[in-house]
Formats: sequence, structure tokens, C-alpha cells
Amino acid sequence: MTPATELPQRDGLTRRFSDVLFRRPSFLLLLLLVPPLLWLGIVYLGSLLALLLHSFYSIDEFSGFIVYEFTLSTYGELLRLSNLDVIIRSLVMSAAVTIGCAIMAFPISYYAARYARGKWKAIFYLLIMLPLWSSYLVKVYAWKLILAKEGIISWLAEELHLTWALDALLAIPIIGGPSLSFSYIGTFLVFCYVWLPFMILPTQAALERVPNNLLEASADLGAEPQQTFRSVILPLALPGLIAGSIFTFSLTLGDYIIPQIVGNSSFFLGQAVYTLQGTAGNIPLAAAFTVVPIVVMLIYLSIAKRMGAFDAL
Amino acid sequence: MTTAVSFQHVSRHFGSVRAVDDVYLDIAEGEFFALLGPSGSGKTTCLRLIAGFEQPTSGHIEIFGATAEGVPPYRRNVNTVFQDYALFPHMTVLENVAYGLMVKGVDKAKREAEAEKALALVALPGYGGRRPSQLSGGQRQRVALARALVNQPKVLLLDEPLGALDLKLREQMQVELKTLQRNLGITFVFVTHDQGEALSMADRVAIFNEGRIAQVGTPEDVYERPETRFVADFVGSSNVLPPRISSAAGGPERWISLRPEKIAILREGEAPSGRFSAAVKVKAVHYQGAGTRLNTETAEGAVLNVMAPSALGRFREGDVLTLHWAPDAVHVMERET
Repeated sequence: MTPATELPQRDGLTRRFSDVLFRRPSFLLLLLLVPPLLWLGIVYLGSLLALLLHSFYSIDEFSGFIVYEFTLSTYGELLRLSNLDVIIRSLVMSAAVTIGCAIMAFPISYYAARYARGKWKAIFYLLIMLPLWSSYLVKVYAWKLILAKEGIISWLAEELHLTWALDALLAIPIIGGPSLSFSYIGTFLVFCYVWLPFMILPTQAALERVPNNLLEASADLGAEPQQTFRSVILPLALPGLIAGSIFTFSLTLGDYIIPQIVGNSSFFLGQAVYTLQGTAGNIPLAAAFTVVPIVVMLIYLSIAKRMGAFDAL
Repeated sequence: MTTAVSFQHVSRHFGSVRAVDDVYLDIAEGEFFALLGPSGSGKTTCLRLIAGFEQPTSGHIEIFGATAEGVPPYRRNVNTVFQDYALFPHMTVLENVAYGLMVKGVDKAKREAEAEKALALVALPGYGGRRPSQLSGGQRQRVALARALVNQPKVLLLDEPLGALDLKLREQMQVELKTLQRNLGITFVFVTHDQGEALSMADRVAIFNEGRIAQVGTPEDVYERPETRFVADFVGSSNVLPPRISSAAGGPERWISLRPEKIAILREGEAPSGRFSAAVKVKAVHYQGAGTRLNTETAEGAVLNVMAPSALGRFREGDVLTLHWAPDAVHVMERET
């Protein structure tokens, strides 16, 4: 007879393995953590460190070889007017895209979180995710056609007798241009389109977690709807908006394809890195350029934290 | 006496569900009024109708003589203590309590002084700097109370406010709430499914069943003189006996209510003294410390619950007993349902 406290034995390798894991929970933890830690440590952080290291080297202007000596001159080069131009252009575009996405995403997220139920919620997710299923390049080229001088938008403007409005828009200095597809406005629109889902999903998740009774409590205490929005809904949705903005901001900051296809062919950070490490072969400067978004994101997050964006987490 | 809240033929239907069905109700100013009923009986919907979170499908609601239909919650001088407190997690305790004054445009120094006063009232002075997440359940409950009271509402609505607290704390809060209500003189409307809570705290109780009010009265009224079988059974789990059994035991041929604690027990061989008696067999024994609850059955198949004081000794399943009770222990129900 087996002891009463134990079930009949079921021998086997997996069973014995389970028993070992049961008796040594720390071993299980180790087993779960080692592969991802190896990945994060070596592949992910390792390459990041190698990149950081390269940004402190410089390039010999005559031979084109990398000089493996510590120097800050590469970073100094970033401050050259033409390079500073690229950085500022990228930052302004990223900020504009982030704000544009936030404004578009909030009402959609709010509807999905507070009103959509059952079937409508499924449809919402489907519609939000749908653009992510198709090729990024195809979408960007599709937008080039939409925005082109002979594209749908100019045609629509003509049909509606609004060509003057479109022309006025394109006549605005800096952001305008010969057509939407050759202007910053076009670049902005395509960026907003491509990154919008990354803003909607975290915002919607944050709004979903705002219990309805908090809104009722606010109204109960005498807050008009706009006061409830400002004092309760917005602060509680802020972590989601910040999470979304991290996506939209950093994705815009690093993208090198959209500004190449749609826009007035002035360089953005990603393109600068792409050409510097490729045709120019200036890996140190490319690395220094890459450090810019990292530093910008760190500054951005610390400001967000100080503003209390993560207090509700 | 002024009427604080008045319901006239109020109904609230959700599709085909009649959450509140033709309710007529008057709550007097300064009263501690309990809405008691099982879950889904419509008591919480009634509270939400007073708060303004729900609008009646039909009927008329008045709060201090003013029509309430169509008035949004933020224009009503009524405040709510929510079941799970609904404290704002991104604000400190002080900001939570001062919220009602903040949205009304009271300046910062004044509203913080008022909030401190309200916190002192609920015995939480100096807790203003903490976050709701750093408080215990009982403390959150007090903060919710302070947050409502700081607005000096004409009516305070409490939605199962003690439901999430453990027994000791709940009993303590019952006493505190009652004292607070006496001192402030505010009308309290209190929703609960706990009949003990309703009976011990309220001046009057409305018993809800399936969207309708089964009975309104003082705690003594609804306990001693239940008008319907539902009230008798829900408040204090009375024995509700059909006319057939009642007459067999020597009583009137009507539906009667017989409280378990009003039934005396005789062991086999002892002779009954009263007219009203029944021979029963013990089916189940539930020991409850101060006494033992016996689940017995008569020869006719009627179930009678009896509270046996511990002094009577121990009972076992299958014991044959004789139950008897005084004539005034029997309450004849006016209505059947």
C-alpha cells in the first residue's frame, strides 16, 4: 500500500522534473529568467553599448578609418549647423506627430473604452489593428498617391471647389510645398496615420481602467462634465497617453523611410544615420546621432514623471 | 415635518427588467432611512435615482419639494458614499475631501481648512497627505464619508457603505454613523442587504422585493408585524406557516409568522401548557454559540426553525420534541405575498 497522503505513482521523466521544480522553486525562477536575461544582456544591451562606445570614437578625415581613441569631437560635430538642423527638424516633427496622434486617438479610445460593448469592441480592435497587418511600405506608397498633385485629395478639393484652400495651405512657408506629397504636411499626415494605433491602444487601456464610479463620484460632488474630464479622466488617462507618446515620438524620431518617400527630401535623424553608416561610412557620427533619441526620450520621461504622469499607475 | 425625498409612482425599467416598479416613498427630513432588500431588489437603483445617476422611466421624484427628474447629479444638493468608496487614486486624501469645494470654486486655503475639519469629524485628523492606497478599508470608508459631508448635503446617500468591512469594524462604524447622523441632523438614506444593520441603525426601513416596496415602517414594525410572507422571511428568517399548518397547531386558519426565538421546546414526555403546540422531529442541528438553531419538521411536513437556548442542553438529529408558543407570538399576515 502506498502512504495515504500520496496519490498512486505516475512515473515518468516530466513528473520527476515537475517534482524537482516543486521542491526547488528558485531553480524554476532561474530557468524562466536565464534565456530572456541572456537576450537582454548580450544581444540587446550589448549592441547598445557597442553603439555608445563607437560614438566616443572619431573618423580620420583623410583615410576614412575609425580612430579608436576616446574623444568628444564626434558629439561636437552634432552641433554643426547642418546636423543641428536635422535634429531640430526631427524633434519638431516627432512632437507634432505625437500631439496630432493624441488628439485623434483620445475620442476614439474614449468611445472604445466607455461605450463599445461586445461585438462593437471586437470591430474596434479589428479596425485599429487592420493597418498593422499590411506592409508598411505599401501603405506609405499608397499615401504618396493619395497626397500627390494628381491624387485623391487634390481631385476632391477641385470637386468641392476648395482648391484655393489647399493652395493656401501649401503656400504656408516651411510646412508647405509644391504638393502635399512634397511637403512637411504630407510627411506629418503619413506619420500620424502609421503610428496612430500605437497611441490608441495604450490610451484605450488606460481609460478602460478608470472605474465608472469615479466619474459618478465626481459628478456627485458637483463637478460639471468638463471639470470631471479635466480633474479625473485626463489625469487617469495620462499614463496611457504618455505610453502612447513614447511610441509615436520615438518611432517618428527613428524612421527613415517615410520622410524619404513623402516630403521635401530634407533629412531626418533616421536618414542621417542611414547615409552616415552606409555611403559615408562614418560609424562614429552615425552612433552619435543614434544617441540623440535615447537622450531625448530620457529627458522626456523624467519630465513626464515629474509632472506626475505615473502617479496613477 | 418637511419631506426630504418623495417618490411618486416611480418606475425605472431597463429593457424588460423592472428594476424599480411603481414605488411610492416619503423620507422625512433628518431621518435615518434604510432601504433593505436582497440583491437585485431595486434598492440601489432607488438610491441612484435620488443621486441622479439614473432617471425614472415614469413617475415623479421630489427632493425637498423640487422636481428631480432631468436634474443632473452635479446640480443636486445630495452626496453619495459609494459602495467601494470611489476615492480618486491620483489625489491625496485632502484633495479627495476638498474635491467638492474645489469644483465649486472655493479658494485653496478655505477648502483645505474645511477638508481638515471634515477629516477631524470622521476621526482621521492629519491623514490629509496620504494617498487612498495607503489607507485601510475602514479609513477609506471614513474618507469617503468626509468627502461627502464637506459639501453639507441636504441628503446623504450611503450605498452599502459597511459591506467591505470586517465584523468588528462594521459594528463600530454602525455606532459612529448613527451618532454622526444624530449630531449633524442630515437625512441619511442607507442601502443595505444586511437586516441586522438596517434594524439597529434606521429610524424607518423600506423592505424591497423585485422592484417594489413590500413594507415601510419602523424596525419594530417590520420585525414584529411583517405584512407579507416575504418580509417575515427576509427580516429575521421567521417561520412562515400556511393556513393548514396554523390551524392544525390550534391557531387561526391564516398565513402566520412565528419567530424562532418565540417558540418554547419541551422534551419527550413533558406536557405542553399552551393551546398552540406541535410535535416535531429534529432534522438538523446548527450550533451557534449562544444557542442552537434547530431545523425541525412536523408530521404534516411543515418546517419550523427554533432557537434553543444553550441552557436546554444538547440536541441530536432525530430527537422528538414538542414545540409550543404563546398566542401573542403568532403574527397573522395581512397580505399573502
